[in-house]
Amino acid sequence: MALTYDQAIELYEPTLGLEVHVELNTNSKMFCGCATEFGASPNTQTCPVCLGLPGSLPVVNAKAIESSIRIGLALNCSITPFSRFARKNYFYPDMPKNFQTSQYDEPICVNGYLDVTIDTDEGPKVFRVEIERVHMEEDTGKSLHVGGATGRIHGAEHSLLDYNRAGIPLVEIVTRIVPGTEKYAPEVARAYVAELRDILRSLGVSDVKMEQGSLRCDANVSISPRGTGVLGTRSETKNVNSLRSVERAVRGEIIRQANRLQTGERIVQETRHFQEESGETRSGRSKEQAEDYRYFPEPDLLPIVADPAWVQELKSALPEKPSVHRKKLQEAWGVPDKEMSAMVNAELLDTVEETVRLGAEPTKARSWWLGEISRLANEKAVAPTSLIQPSEVAEVIALIAAGELTDKLARQVVEGVINGEGTPAAVIEKRGLKVVSDDSALMVAIEAAIASQPETAERVRAGNIPAAGAIIGAVMKATGGQADAAKVRELLLKHLGQG
Amino acid sequence: MSTPIIHQTAAEMSADLASGSVTAVELATAHYDRIAAVDSDVHAFLHLDREGALAQAASVDASRKAGEKLHPLAGVPLALKDVLTQKGIPTTCGSKMLEGWRPPYDSTVVANLKKAGVVILGKTNMDEFAMGSSTENSAYGTTHNPWDLSRIPGGSGGGSSAALAAFEAPLAIGTDTGGSIRQPAAVTGTVGVKPTYGSVSRYGLVAFSSSLDQAGPCARTVLDTAMLHEVIAGYDAKDSTSINAPVGKMVEAAKKLDIKGMKIGVVKELSGEGYQAGVLTRFNEALDALVSAGAEIVEVSTPSFEYALAAYYLIAPSEASSNLARFDSMRYGIRIGDDGSRSAEAVMNMTREVGFGKEVKRRIILGAYALSSGYYDAYYGSAQKVRTLIKRDYEAAFAKVDVLVSPTCPTTAFKIGEKSDDPLAMYLNDVATIPVNLAGIGGMSLPCGLAPEDGLPVGFQIMSPALKDELMYQVGGTLEAALQSKWGAPLYASAPELAVK
Amino acid sequence: MAAISRDEVAHLARLARIEMTDAELDHLASEMDLILESVSRVQGVAGADIPPTSHAIAMQNVMRPDVVVPSLTPEEALSGAPAREEDRFKVPQILGEE
Ligand SMILES: [Zn+2]
Repeated sequence: MALTYDQAIELYEPTLGLEVHVELNTNSKMFCGCATEFGASPNTQTCPVCLGLPGSLPVVNAKAIESSIRIGLALNCSITPFSRFARKNYFYPDMPKNFQTSQYDEPICVNGYLDVTIDTDEGPKVFRVEIERVHMEEDTGKSLHVGGATGRIHGAEHSLLDYNRAGIPLVEIVTRIVPGTEKYAPEVARAYVAELRDILRSLGVSDVKMEQGSLRCDANVSISPRGTGVLGTRSETKNVNSLRSVERAVRGEIIRQANRLQTGERIVQETRHFQEESGETRSGRSKEQAEDYRYFPEPDLLPIVADPAWVQELKSALPEKPSVHRKKLQEAWGVPDKEMSAMVNAELLDTVEETVRLGAEPTKARSWWLGEISRLANEKAVAPTSLIQPSEVAEVIALIAAGELTDKLARQVVEGVINGEGTPAAVIEKRGLKVVSDDSALMVAIEAAIASQPETAERVRAGNIPAAGAIIGAVMKATGGQADAAKVRELLLKHLGQG
Repeated sequence: MSTPIIHQTAAEMSADLASGSVTAVELATAHYDRIAAVDSDVHAFLHLDREGALAQAASVDASRKAGEKLHPLAGVPLALKDVLTQKGIPTTCGSKMLEGWRPPYDSTVVANLKKAGVVILGKTNMDEFAMGSSTENSAYGTTHNPWDLSRIPGGSGGGSSAALAAFEAPLAIGTDTGGSIRQPAAVTGTVGVKPTYGSVSRYGLVAFSSSLDQAGPCARTVLDTAMLHEVIAGYDAKDSTSINAPVGKMVEAAKKLDIKGMKIGVVKELSGEGYQAGVLTRFNEALDALVSAGAEIVEVSTPSFEYALAAYYLIAPSEASSNLARFDSMRYGIRIGDDGSRSAEAVMNMTREVGFGKEVKRRIILGAYALSSGYYDAYYGSAQKVRTLIKRDYEAAFAKVDVLVSPTCPTTAFKIGEKSDDPLAMYLNDVATIPVNLAGIGGMSLPCGLAPEDGLPVGFQIMSPALKDELMYQVGGTLEAALQSKWGAPLYASAPELAVK
Repeated sequence: MAAISRDEVAHLARLARIEMTDAELDHLASEMDLILESVSRVQGVAGADIPPTSHAIAMQNVMRPDVVVPSLTPEEALSGAPAREEDRFKVPQILGEE
């Protein structure tokens, strides 16, 4: 009988470590002037340097250094007074020089931390994730495996290489082992990556799109039998492409390892690959025979000696921390914790904020994004933000506030925008959804309704106000629901001497 | 009888071109005729770009006719070591690995040559990936020394120096990692300069050992070498190790012919035991000539030089093992064994087995060993520390003297095949040239006569502090003039006639 | 005693991706032994206080501005490719990682 997660946690204590690779959004590559556009045609963004052609030489991108230092500062790291690049030597066809230019024993930032808050059974709890190092390196090219059924490497007949991505600047952020997460290890992992992503986004140093690979997470997980204090053998899970996957991957690894140990098998130190569909990990390369990377200082590049005054300048210009910013937003909006975390978990906080910035009332913005739009997005299995722009939502909310749309009409407008019928204004125009607010036009409808129900009108004149409902209903019916019912009521009562 | 045009110096050719007594096309053609006549014996060239060179020459001639202001070397032919990329022209580095590869870009050295209007005749032979001291490690056959075809022309840049000595070109480019410009110059009776590290861009120089490699000028006279030096040197933003400083006035220094009051240090550790008697004889005569010219000679000791050879044979192979990893048959070069059944990994293994020669493999393995985790500190790390000591020895010496001198090589040219099975004996050739590379300073070799016992050229090495390369030209120019007035003619004029085909 | 075993040479050849026959390995092992004996004289020459020199000329902070410069055309980039398929480098099946 296989162990469940809860059973696994009862028997074993998990240990977590995370390595996050971030592609910087510099204009040009790490060591050459090639562009870094995502999705460009194959091998259109390559040059002698990033193709590793004989004779070519690297030159460091100053912006990449600056971004790396800012990342380090935002993660409370020390900026080292002397750092440099080394060569990590190993062969792989997507790596043009067959060494990766990377920082090894002299990284640019060390010793930082990031605090994340998790909802635990005992309420919100802060976990401190210590950052060991932040270092710079370069990305590899991309291979496409051809032949075989699955497009996967196994069974492929040959591979096709595109080096557009080769040499794009990467920053690797490595945590120390995170102790004491207990059963919250998956949540801590997710919260850490989410917080890190928000910080990186606020710094403007990366697109941080996990689905496009500009933010990649490797999760190192080990477990040890409770009470033994013996650190277990760790596995490194790659290919984790969303926040949800981070959580699932860690959970899945804990379960898998616990079940192995339970059945007397041992844990192999290896790289594993997360399977999005099953939520399980699959064995990749065994690391038991440790590679000898023969690191040595890159002779083609020179050390980086960051001027302390410059570092101080970068530090004082850092944007507000997302956690601080969130707190401020919450206060300004007057939203309860629960709603706040709902927005964070739905990854819609930035979107709501943007909508509010464009004039929408916070509660309205939140309820549109988390309500109707999320519902439609769910139906289509896409992200809400891919359906409609914050500016369009803000426009709809403004029209409701101005009395030009009812909630019911507004839903139709939003639906129209999502169906690609154009801007809210265009949808209103095309579908003829504008609230009938012209008093004289309404009066025509009201008089017609009175004429058709003279007795009811008389009862209202005599002071039976609730009887007005029937006439209001007739007006609404006649205007196809586009009239503002409150307005109709106001005009009707006035007309019948009850206003 | 007037001197044949191909026997002129580059400076003389430059003057004739300027006066209109010869055209660049005529000069190029004369050299191609010479190459056709003698290169089947010398084998200095791996590839000739006749079409490109004649087009460049014609364009220079047209510009001159139109009255444009031209560089003094515009229209003068040059032989390019096959380790520098030239767009569209085969670049093999003497290796089978790169057979047929035509780079899609120009090295900065080539770009500078083209800009000056220098006419690049073709690519010259070399030891594979510049590893060697004899050109015997070329995958395309050995180059023969024009002074004695049974002997080596030095290496790795034997093709460039042989081309100069055989009058196949008046100018050549070499590269020097441990002596590959200076040792070939010494054994062929020509002049070669390794500039200060970082003063000539390495962009487009196929790396052997990145922290030691340096391209430099080769010619038959000190002045010609200085002229070429000024063309190829200068800051290049594409090479991080390029020094952002103005290029010194090499031509002016070469023309000074005055060394009165200069202090010249003789390196005690680079003479004596292991040096051929005739080499020392000619070296000492050259010292006398320097004294006669007004210099003061002092003996200088550099104790750490004793370890230079060992440090070099760890640092250079280590860097090479990494630099040469890119030759894996995936993106360029030859590919062996791709029959549809083998993996990329297997094809890489086979290609590297077939594509690399013995010496290259030996150094890759040695380098991989020196860098591997258990041995790094003992080998690579220790070698880097020795490098520090050698730099300090130079600093101490240059505090006392303006330049240092030594024989360039312990011996004159040896016989082809004589040392090819004994790597350690071969490595010893570089004992006097290597310290210069480890310290990154400038070094020149110029001829100082023929060894009495074998009648072969002897090289005289001048070493200058970093970024003071003009001192080598000042001393070299003066010494050359003094020796030539003693001999009555330049040394190269006494080279035996080659059989003409 | 030999400084380097034949197995070690075989391991290095694997790391360096060079196929070698048994005869080659034997020959290289004996050569390496001699060479290592000779170069090992660098050991212990410099004390712990001597810093290593990785660059001939000491410089620092050499960087370029983050400016895009034109790339090669795919035609130029692929001009040396032993095999290609449209605008990609075609290589044999890659083993190892996914
Ligand atoms: Zn590039």
